[in-house]
Amino acid sequence: MKSEHVEAVWLTEDARFSLAELAELAGIPEAEVRELVEYGAVLPVDPDAPAWIFDGRCLLTMRTAGRLRVGFDLEPHGVALIVSLLERIQALESQMGSLRAQLPERR
Amino acid sequence: MKYKDYYSILGIERGATAEDIKKSYRKLAHKYHPDVSKDPKGEEKFKEVAEAYNTLKDPEKRVAYDQLGSHRSGEDFQPPPNWNRPSGDAQFSFDDADLADLFAGLSGRQRGGPGGTPMRMPGEDYEVTAQISLADAYAGTEVELNLTVPERDKQGIVRRVPRVFKVRIPKGAKDGQRLRLAGRGGKGMNGGRDGDLYLNVALLAHPLFRLSGHDLYIDLPLAPWEAVLGATVEVPTLGGTVRLKVPPNTHAGQQLRLTGRGLPAPGGKAGDLFALAQIVVPAAAGEKERELFKQLAQDSTFNPREHFKSEATT
Repeated sequence: MKSEHVEAVWLTEDARFSLAELAELAGIPEAEVRELVEYGAVLPVDPDAPAWIFDGRCLLTMRTAGRLRVGFDLEPHGVALIVSLLERIQALESQMGSLRAQLPERR
Repeated sequence: MKYKDYYSILGIERGATAEDIKKSYRKLAHKYHPDVSKDPKGEEKFKEVAEAYNTLKDPEKRVAYDQLGSHRSGEDFQPPPNWNRPSGDAQFSFDDADLADLFAGLSGRQRGGPGGTPMRMPGEDYEVTAQISLADAYAGTEVELNLTVPERDKQGIVRRVPRVFKVRIPKGAKDGQRLRLAGRGGKGMNGGRDGDLYLNVALLAHPLFRLSGHDLYIDLPLAPWEAVLGATVEVPTLGGTVRLKVPPNTHAGQQLRLTGRGLPAPGGKAGDLFALAQIVVPAAAGEKERELFKQLAQDSTFNPREHFKSEATT
């Protein structure tokens, strides 16, 4: 079977997406993305800029938001709440992982 | 084509009301939705549940599904004559079609925009996890992804076809980092954009190194005399073995930092490797060693529990 070589982009703080791109890639209407920004689910790189730009991590958050919105049939406010709690859990898990790495293993 | 019993997947009777369907779906979504479930098979189960719900919640699709009759799950079956078949195609076969794709196609063909123009539908996004070793994350690697993706044939029916992608994972991948491969998901319909492929990088546990972001931690066992006198010891790193100078009077738990010996990070920087000093004793000391330790015990004035006296009463 033929295999394709493909270029990939890291979804980190260095990647950039416009509001329209973010909405399209997350499958959420632009107006709802604006609402999610208002509720603090994601933060544009410069919230005061006339045209919002988002980093790669925002796309991941918005994709989670998109899945929750469809999967649970939720309003933007509920989505924003769950997304922020999920991110807090993720941050705690990552902190826990880092602390665990610093503990000597018992042999 | 394999039959899927959407009613039993949702745990409901064939005569269930729209409200029953929704209730049952919500219960199962709470249990299996990949963003909230801890069940390792959650994603797979949620897909099944969502597929069943998306068909049964839509009255038109539910009628079309009911027309397929009732079969056992996984049983091979053919839809009844003229069931949603491309017109005038006597040779058409449903053999390798997937039930979910047929219903997805149903909405694509029947639901038009204003003036009967077909609705633009974006292609499906795929999420795949690639497990790579720490050594591969350190040096960069290429992974081969074997996917079965839905593609439309000439009759407009979706078929599952195998595709292989080779993706370069640049060095310095962190655990849980995502790559986006634009346009490598499912094909869009009626002018809709192609979906994307998201690759989740998962780093496999290493027998020696533990990971914290781009930093690595390794246990460094030292003999009591090495800890007291200091020593130069060989320490493995992902880039090869290095010699590390352990200073005299090293305590257990002390971290010795090997700058830049962790995982590479963006911008040409790299994390550090921390060696955690551990003082270990022989499982069974030999005669000579015991003698020497006895001598030391007699001669030493060191009391490791000195602080007990002053702090126990405070």
